[in-house]
Amino acid sequence: MTTMNKVSSKPVKINVPLLTTTQRRLLRQLIIHLVLLSGVFFMLIPLIWSISSSLKSAGDVYALPPKWIPNPIHWENYAEAVTAIPFWRYLWNTTFITLVSIVGKVFSVTLVAFAFARLEWWGRDFFFVVMLATMMLPPHVTLIPQFILFKYLGWIDTFLPLIVPQFFGGPYLTFLARQFFMTLPRDLDDAARIDGCSNFGVFWRVILPMSKPVIAMIVVIVFNNQWNEFLNALIYLQNSKNFTLALGLRMFQGEAAASWHLLMAASILTMLPVLVLFFSAQKYFMQGIVFTGVKQ
Amino acid sequence: MAIRSLILPRKVKPIRNFDFSRWVRKNKDGWLFASPWIIGFFVWTLGPMLASLGLAFTDWDLISPIQFVGLKNFQMMFKDPLVGQSLKVTIIYALTSVPLNLAVGLGIAMLLNARIIGLRFYRTAFYLPSVLSGVAVALLWRWLFSPEFGLINQGLSLIGIQGPSWLGDQNWALPSLVVMSVWGVGAGAIIYLAGLQGIPTELYEAAEVDGARGWQRFFSITLPLMTPVLFFQLVVGVINALQVFTQAYIMTGGGPNRATLFVILYLYQNAFQYQRMGFASALAWVLFILIMVLTLLIYRSSSSWVYYEGESKSKR
Repeated sequence: MTTMNKVSSKPVKINVPLLTTTQRRLLRQLIIHLVLLSGVFFMLIPLIWSISSSLKSAGDVYALPPKWIPNPIHWENYAEAVTAIPFWRYLWNTTFITLVSIVGKVFSVTLVAFAFARLEWWGRDFFFVVMLATMMLPPHVTLIPQFILFKYLGWIDTFLPLIVPQFFGGPYLTFLARQFFMTLPRDLDDAARIDGCSNFGVFWRVILPMSKPVIAMIVVIVFNNQWNEFLNALIYLQNSKNFTLALGLRMFQGEAAASWHLLMAASILTMLPVLVLFFSAQKYFMQGIVFTGVKQ
Repeated sequence: MAIRSLILPRKVKPIRNFDFSRWVRKNKDGWLFASPWIIGFFVWTLGPMLASLGLAFTDWDLISPIQFVGLKNFQMMFKDPLVGQSLKVTIIYALTSVPLNLAVGLGIAMLLNARIIGLRFYRTAFYLPSVLSGVAVALLWRWLFSPEFGLINQGLSLIGIQGPSWLGDQNWALPSLVVMSVWGVGAGAIIYLAGLQGIPTELYEAAEVDGARGWQRFFSITLPLMTPVLFFQLVVGVINALQVFTQAYIMTGGGPNRATLFVILYLYQNAFQYQRMGFASALAWVLFILIMVLTLLIYRSSSSWVYYEGESKSKR
């Protein structure tokens, strides 16, 4: 009996000073939420601060201590920023380059991925390995010769150097699409072939209609890359009529060095399409990175 | 004659058997479908790479005739202190920002994986900044780091700290860019979260039966099973960190006192401001070799710390 008492008294001793399991779990959850919320604070405060700055008067931007909620709200900062630089022109240039790039990339990438996923051809495995190897290749190695090539073609100060290479696939996105095509059932291909479809017919009528998720991922990734492209735009676009938003912002930074309320308004406007796309297609943003990050 | 008639049929036969037009017909569609990338590979990748290698041994300003100079560009690199400086800046940045982002990203992912309420909100909030990039983000952070009126120093003054002038201070400019890089940690966190969710819960249950708790569980289950994902992110992270350009160009211009002169920025200045195409190409190859060596080192080291489920468990 005495030994029994000793044994049963042990867990009691541990439980007495501490909380119950549910309380402990709640406390743990509370701590996790506090840590996460402070992380969220660090993540979102720069954005909130820049939006707040963009709506202040020129004087309030430098007010000490800072005001979080601008009073009155200066919406006209946005109008001023848009007229201080040829904003609509840059917006159109950026939109044009981005949209054409998306079309080129989606077509070339899916065609090549189809060849790697579904067709038998001499050299396929060799070229697949080569393509995977080029994924590791840093783009700056080809930067200077490409510039010289485009210079000789007379393409400097046109959109062509930014657009044309997009029509030649790309290892990363091709791999993404190829991995997706591999998961589609082959029975449908065979059925279509029996019905007399050519390879292109299978690609166009069978594979592409089933590939909306991966096409959406490609669109999102290309949009984000081309919308923010800076180094290439800086090298190839010289006349300010041809500037993209990124180049326009850089120029505006030099002109309006101290007008942070206007610079922030222009920056927010530049980020806005990406933000809108993010909130409307968040799923595809995340799928894209998880797909390539976890499945090596 | 006799010998010829003996030999010829044997020689000709395999050629007759090999039907060239049939071979072409069989492969034609594959080549056609893959042609955008195959052509692109030669025109935009292999050709320029070889050209870049050739240019590295020349002097050329794009106007006067091109001149072969042998190893002069590489010899100049040893004399030019800015090459050493740019390599130092770039490597320090990679060695600090990449591990920092891996650790913070994994930490966030583990907190998100703790079956909490509001997961979707947190996931979106952490992920959002990482989709923003480019000049607008660089401007935003320049304003945050502004010495007198920037949010960071104003926040520090609330707790009685006189902050440095960040981007204007040669000791703080590079750390500032490292801090800024953590803003993009969300992408990694989402990838780690997906990896964590793929770890079978039986493993944790089994560990609990064996008496493993908290940190023990982390080091014996979570971390080993996450190493393949961490390994991939390490490789990608290093490659990206070695190619920083936009932040440095917009926020510091390489200064103050060359404290943020990243290699790509110095390459850009040489090629497109001083028109030294040969020297810039040589620089590109040095960075390329640096990237390959680092990637190779990470790969070589991976066998001792990356755990693949297919392998025997005795490896830990």
